[in-house]
Amino acid sequence: MKKTGAEIMWECLVREGVEVVFGYPGGANMPIYDAMLNYPIHHVLVRHEQGGAHMADGYARASGKVGVAMGTSGPGATNLVTGIATAMMDSSPVVFITGQVAAHLIGGDAFQEIDVTGITLPITKHNYLVTRADEIAEVVREAFYIARSGRPGPVLIDICKNAQIEQTEFIYPEEVKLLGYQPPARAPQHDLEKAVRLIEKAKRPVILCGHGVIVSGAEEALLHFATKTQTPVASTLLGLGAFPASHPLALGMMGMHGEAHTNLAIQNSDLILAFGMRFDDRVTGNLKTYAPKAKKIHVEIDPSEVHKNVHVDLPLVGDLKNVVSDLVPMVDEYDHDEWLNEINGWKSEADERSIMNWPEDGKLYVAHLVHDLWKATGGGAIITTDVGQHQMWTAQYYALEKPNRWITSGGSGTMGFGLPSAIGAWFANKDQEIWAIAGDGGFQMTAAELTTAVQEGANVKVAIMNNNFLGMVRQWQEFFFEKRYSAVNMVSPDFVKLADAHGVPARRITTREEVDEAIQWARQTPGPVVLEFRVEKEDAVYPMVPAGASLDQMMRRPVRQ
Amino acid sequence: MQYTFIALVENKPGVLNRVASLFRRRNFNIESLAVGRTEKPEVSRMTMVVDCPNGDMDAHKIEANLYKLVNVIDVQDVSRQPSVTRDLALIKVKAAPERRAEVNSLASIFRARIVDVATDSVIVEVTGTEEKIEGMVELLRPLGIMEMVRTGQIAMTRGANAGIRRMPGMEDNGYEYDLEAAEMLP
Repeated sequence: MKKTGAEIMWECLVREGVEVVFGYPGGANMPIYDAMLNYPIHHVLVRHEQGGAHMADGYARASGKVGVAMGTSGPGATNLVTGIATAMMDSSPVVFITGQVAAHLIGGDAFQEIDVTGITLPITKHNYLVTRADEIAEVVREAFYIARSGRPGPVLIDICKNAQIEQTEFIYPEEVKLLGYQPPARAPQHDLEKAVRLIEKAKRPVILCGHGVIVSGAEEALLHFATKTQTPVASTLLGLGAFPASHPLALGMMGMHGEAHTNLAIQNSDLILAFGMRFDDRVTGNLKTYAPKAKKIHVEIDPSEVHKNVHVDLPLVGDLKNVVSDLVPMVDEYDHDEWLNEINGWKSEADERSIMNWPEDGKLYVAHLVHDLWKATGGGAIITTDVGQHQMWTAQYYALEKPNRWITSGGSGTMGFGLPSAIGAWFANKDQEIWAIAGDGGFQMTAAELTTAVQEGANVKVAIMNNNFLGMVRQWQEFFFEKRYSAVNMVSPDFVKLADAHGVPARRITTREEVDEAIQWARQTPGPVVLEFRVEKEDAVYPMVPAGASLDQMMRRPVRQ
Repeated sequence: MQYTFIALVENKPGVLNRVASLFRRRNFNIESLAVGRTEKPEVSRMTMVVDCPNGDMDAHKIEANLYKLVNVIDVQDVSRQPSVTRDLALIKVKAAPERRAEVNSLASIFRARIVDVATDSVIVEVTGTEEKIEGMVELLRPLGIMEMVRTGQIAMTRGANAGIRRMPGMEDNGYEYDLEAAEMLP
């Protein structure tokens, strides 16, 4: 039977198991929106395409499935760009579908024509320009396969308006046939044997647990490997949740705002087992002085990450779950008591400085708040964040036991990510408690999506950490620019009234005594809720490794008398 | 150090743009890039000469990044493999009638051909390795080169030889990890 290109597109989405798309209609995708009415896929009308992109990303990260976001041509597509780049940097599987002007108009600067495949070429895993209806089925099939396989990532499909309208025979391609593109599956045996020899010799090993552990579903393999070899596990920002925070071998977050004992463990290790992480500058500090005594084994699915930033002694290229599972039976049991005791020594020294041990001084600190939220929610909520100080404090103090509950923009550090990604995560799991934690700056970047949450009845709780500053930039200006505050002082609307205007219940909290009750109130109030916390204005995130400094050169929180 | 890569890519619109964009994005320095059809209509072949200041490490990066492009089918490094490399140049040289014989004799030394004669210039067509063409250009320069165009290098390995496929993890990747040396370190 003949179908229009738009119908074929929806037909293919249904077959991919798509339940929800986040989008915005416009001139060049009207046939798609017209056909949509006949298909059992829920459409979420977003308020800005960037919000839609983050929602699809949040949906993908919470569900492990492919998220879908749509926009029209021109500005609709360019508004998606920040969200596409965010998904790219964090290897999130999202398919973006944009309308494009009719094929015969391309190149003529038609109304709302923009070269979207050109713009998104460096920020997608792959992209397509579709000019004919008979290409659509194959392209959509390929796009979903590419987005979720190997190292996942965003794929964009730009569909010309004529291709949406034209009728063609619908033939669903059962198989995806690509001439190139073969993601590696397993590391070769001889490389695994070399790894075993390095592990055997190690006295001070550390596992660096990255986002790849979660993406490949290797949490259990990691747990077996770590406990069998008694190797402590440090996490990247996006690796948090892959290894239970309460486990005695868990070291917490590494890097610029990592725990002091974690960074010291890395710097003093003799073997680094990097699992699905990419040695970002935010976790290595100065590369010249990075883990100088350590042999390095890099387990990674993307060969271009191998030797990119850090030259490693042994790359194990393959799907992390396979590689680590293959290693578990090959390695012997070890104990590294001496090494673990040494790390624990650094830990107890660090505890003395912890803000958690500060006496109450009547001020509201984000670290305390996050801890209170963690306690109130039993550590089990899905947490999304924006970017900045609150993000780091949340990473430090919301101790995660399980994966796929920590949704934050790591690689690209996209402000405005928190609220929309929480809405997306809600669509992935409507029974789960979801908190979006944002600063006053980031919240305002995509605050319009509060209306989307209302329209959809999304049960997301928004915690705004309001310090009337762009806190992280302020912190850098304090530390590195002689406290010359430039463009960080922020006047915000009355967030409670703003929420009220949206029909969202809201409260303002100014003291720690009110915190618990407010959190409980928010949890018991159905639908979206906003809590505005008036927090200490000039607190800083510690420890901090200044950009470019060696990983063990941390600025520590001053000890409070 | 210059490296020569052969990449087989899908013959689809925009693939050259993807490769060029990748090289720019990752800061690789292309010396020359030649693209053309192959014996298979669905496959195009690129020969790329790239400056790799860090030697094999850069070559690895280039290959691994090329494989990230979905349309790339195969990449080989033929830099130090027995192979035939050719570049074609058209060189327009100032040559009044009394100097044509001189150009002609130079051309015959390089097995080049004169493919066009005008009143005061000739076009010389020369095929060969980069070095040969450079040599010819140097000799023609004193006569006055008015215009030159070159295709960029193309390459093909001899006989059953193949280039190096430097993908870590592949069984036969031609990529030696000096693990023994690493283990000797204190």
